Amino acid sequence: MAVAKKEQELLVTVSPHIRSDETVGRIMWTVSLSLLPAFVFGVYYFGPKAVYVTALCIVGSLFSEWLVQKMTGREVTLGDGSAFLTGLLLGMNMPASAPFYIPLVSSFVAVAITKQLFGGIGYNIFNPALIGRAFALITWPRAMTSWTEPTAAFVGLDAKTTATPLGLLKEGGMQKLVEVFGDKASLYTDLLLGHRAGSLGETSVIALLVGGAFLLYKRYITWHIPVSFLGTVAVLAWAFGGKGGLFTGDPLLHLLSGGLMLGAIFMATDYVTCPSTRLGQVVFGIGCGVLTILIRLKAGYPEGVMFAILLMNCFAPMIDRNLKSKVFGLKKEARK
Amino acid sequence: MSHQHQEKVSYWALLKNGVIKENTIFRLVISLCPAIAVTNSVRNGFLLGSAVLFVQAMVNSTVALLRNFIHPRIRIPIFMLIISGWVTVVDMLMAAYARAAYKEIGLYIQIIVAFASILARAEVFASKNKVGASFFDGLGSGLGFLLALVIISFFRELLGKGTLVGLTIVPVKPMLIMILPAGGFLVTGLLMGFFNWIDMRFYGGKGAGGAGGH
Repeated sequence: MAVAKKEQELLVTVSPHIRSDETVGRIMWTVSLSLLPAFVFGVYYFGPKAVYVTALCIVGSLFSEWLVQKMTGREVTLGDGSAFLTGLLLGMNMPASAPFYIPLVSSFVAVAITKQLFGGIGYNIFNPALIGRAFALITWPRAMTSWTEPTAAFVGLDAKTTATPLGLLKEGGMQKLVEVFGDKASLYTDLLLGHRAGSLGETSVIALLVGGAFLLYKRYITWHIPVSFLGTVAVLAWAFGGKGGLFTGDPLLHLLSGGLMLGAIFMATDYVTCPSTRLGQVVFGIGCGVLTILIRLKAGYPEGVMFAILLMNCFAPMIDRNLKSKVFGLKKEARK
Repeated sequence: MSHQHQEKVSYWALLKNGVIKENTIFRLVISLCPAIAVTNSVRNGFLLGSAVLFVQAMVNSTVALLRNFIHPRIRIPIFMLIISGWVTVVDMLMAAYARAAYKEIGLYIQIIVAFASILARAEVFASKNKVGASFFDGLGSGLGFLLALVIISFFRELLGKGTLVGLTIVPVKPMLIMILPAGGFLVTGLLMGFFNWIDMRFYGGKGAGGAGGH
């Protein structure tokens, strides 16, 4: 700049004055990295098909991003990793047995329609990966709910289909679930490690928790949404989840199963689609938790994390508007 | 709007105006509810579109015919009476001659009474113009609606059921969401975007009537 030529001249700039070297790209790639442990577990349990499905999702996302940005004449921003992250998340939300067109079409819906048509990164109302998955679930309900059994080996390629723990719970109740997994202790261990049927990246709770801890340590997410989300689910599952009346439910089972960990740590905390105030994030998390339990216990679907987060995405702007922080120096009357 | 001037507008221009420039669905973005509700098959879309086409043309002619006898203060109730009269005619005709289709979309036939597009044409055009011009304005607007419904339902039936006009094209159901309401919104929105794009790309945005700005 011309002003800065002579050193003694006073340089006047607008805020922000303190910058960090964080960029969108860095955050996106770090979040992708923190998903890696859970993805590795998914590949371990579901075999090469998991890599195949996820790769298709990522390729589809990157291509859709490139296509729409080219068509609309915007700057092509594949390098910022946001399309990659959407593809990765979408892939981890798919059953490993999904036929090739499901990842491709739903990643197009996720990136081209949900994100780019609404204005690109930062402007989308809904979480792109979740819309992609919701689209796939409604469009191909059978393919999206035929779960393969985790084989823990690369040899068993003729994978058997089976039900997810939450599916079993919905149909046969707790008794059936314990029967399938042997006993209660091995049920919890299997759920914790991810040795169960489900979307390929959602099963391993422990790996997801490691990724979440890393994000918390890097301060890329705060505790507000995950803790209020998981806490609400636990309390409500304990209160209403049991057959024997109030407070006989099994909170641990509900916490460990389904896409809850993946949703609460990686999806609900998406910067664009969650509220920006701390209090708002707590409200958002509680809302997600209430809706998740409501769908799990009362609705037709065995799992409700996806729809819960999508529904709360709609409320995020409203929550922000009503719970915005006080503007320093303004009197109460002056605040509108 | 050109049609409020008294100078003579050709019937062809009126038709074109209704089909393209002031297309009910893709330009004015009104009467979307029935357009999304019935367009899960081409047959239903075509039938409702034809019913609207008939009602629109007849209502416009009737209103134009009676325009000098209708007191301005009570014109809306009178228009509604005329509209419901013609809708009853279509309703009874369909109930008598197209029973199977009537069972599926009969409700939407009766709801034509409340379509914004019908009343809008009567109020904006037919109450101020001669019978011939009004008839062609109604014909154009109805044709535009019919065309929009057929285009939307073409994509929805093909993608959602794998059939066209009941004929099997693909033996599987490719994309179930397309015959659900969500698919209706998706297809309508994408087509709207597509027509806006054509308009901007090839006609410099001049054809954009009401919906150009948003």
